[in-house]
Amino acid sequence: MNEVLERIPRGPLLYVLLGVLGLLAAAEVLGFVLARARPAKDFSELRARVRSWWFMAGVFMLAIVVSRAVSLVFLGFLSFLALKEYFSLIPTRRADRSVLLWVYLAVPLQYLWVWVDWYGMFIIFIPVYMFILIPVRMVLHGETAGFLQATGTIHWGLMTTVFTLSHMAYLLILPGKGAGGAGLVLFLVLVTQFNDVAQYTWGKLFGRRKVVPTVSPNKTYEGLLGGIATSFVLVYFLAPYLTPLTRNESLVAGFFLPLAGFLGDVSVSAIKRDIGVKDSGALIPGHGGILDRVNSLTFTAPLFFHFLRYLHF
Amino acid sequence: MLKVLFFALVVRPFLLVVTGFNVRHRERLPSEGPALVVANHNSHLDTVVLMSLFPATLLPRVRPAAAADYFLKSGPLAWFSRNLIGIIPVTRGGRGAGEDPLAGVSAALRERSIVIFFPEGTRGEPERFKEIRSGIFHLARRHPEVPIVPVFLHGLGKALPKGAFLPVPFFCDVFVSEPLEREAEKEPFLAGLKARFEALRAEGTFPEWK
Repeated sequence: MNEVLERIPRGPLLYVLLGVLGLLAAAEVLGFVLARARPAKDFSELRARVRSWWFMAGVFMLAIVVSRAVSLVFLGFLSFLALKEYFSLIPTRRADRSVLLWVYLAVPLQYLWVWVDWYGMFIIFIPVYMFILIPVRMVLHGETAGFLQATGTIHWGLMTTVFTLSHMAYLLILPGKGAGGAGLVLFLVLVTQFNDVAQYTWGKLFGRRKVVPTVSPNKTYEGLLGGIATSFVLVYFLAPYLTPLTRNESLVAGFFLPLAGFLGDVSVSAIKRDIGVKDSGALIPGHGGILDRVNSLTFTAPLFFHFLRYLHF
Repeated sequence: MLKVLFFALVVRPFLLVVTGFNVRHRERLPSEGPALVVANHNSHLDTVVLMSLFPATLLPRVRPAAAADYFLKSGPLAWFSRNLIGIIPVTRGGRGAGEDPLAGVSAALRERSIVIFFPEGTRGEPERFKEIRSGIFHLARRHPEVPIVPVFLHGLGKALPKGAFLPVPFFCDVFVSEPLEREAEKEPFLAGLKARFEALRAEGTFPEWK
């Protein structure tokens, strides 16, 4: 029993977790009130989104507080699902079936480096070793038609879904400062996802001028700037509380994290547009697929990690 | 019982990790027997994926038609096919010998089973349609009251194509169609079924696998 009690987060981590639940409860109430006030309009998508948020936030919170092993398995599985979604979306060659099997094996390995705290391997495994292994395995197969496209897309997918997302896992095991590793991950994910919602909401309310009309017609300057401003405030107050960042450093993070989130989002959008799909999958009701949900994280996770590591670890 | 356990403990968790699927129009699947669920066939996984779409309470009634010479050939595979999957054996090439190859399917339909039937006969080239054989037409004529629900599967031929041993994870798509309207003549009937599969495939975006 004591062991279970010890696992319950205390201090900043606990308050922020409770704050997130409060935010979701507020969104639930808002959805309910809106549906009551304007019965003519359809709010089912909004409510489906909020319901999915409850589920995702619940699973994520449990995963980061229970134990390090659970967190790593959870994040590894997330990478695996994102990679699977990516490989299912892009055109792959029949000849590369076995290559893909090798590439999938990189997922547990990458998270193993995190588990054993081997930073040197963690940081070069995919950019160097997998970068070499993929074309070598393909050459052995001998199919040259479409070779460049295949190596390029496969490695890009591995970088996006495994390398970048595994930075979240490495945050977990950074030595405890502030609210510890779980606090860092919570901070990163909360800010990134909050920023997505803030940009979406500002865009819905005031959006007029499009930022990148050919890539993502729903992204507007109003949404982008409103979102950055809102997230900036969140980061400024939350960063010193959950992370070792100072006030001044938080000013910088408050600006680049929301911007990076936006850029990650539109990059994945560009890929989907290239392939000709709207959502990357249908796994999460109201949200689309895994890639649709983690697209911003693919940019914010490594950037935040290296910013933090350079300054404090 | 064994079959329900096998699906709950082995098949569903396995499919969840290795494939994971996107089912469109799930509500069109039959909720009671008798019914014929017909699908394109590219992989051994097709059968278990289709079966796992049905709730556990219905599962004992869901039975795939499968080639007797292949699935009942060896001891372990035959045991697996009979007890864990519950196949309806179909004798290939039995027509010449005066046997009715589809007698088992007819009997199962009379017992109000939901029969999974692959009208292309055998697994074809991954992610390509094969010619639809006439068996389904004879079944349809014999059981005019049984609804025929076409289902299009995509991705499983990549995950585990014919001849492959290890499955590679891919998400797969399962698109369910409205029950088929029946044409009285064979050629229009088969063309109508093929058109259904093609219409379902056109609902998604599927890059060619070559």
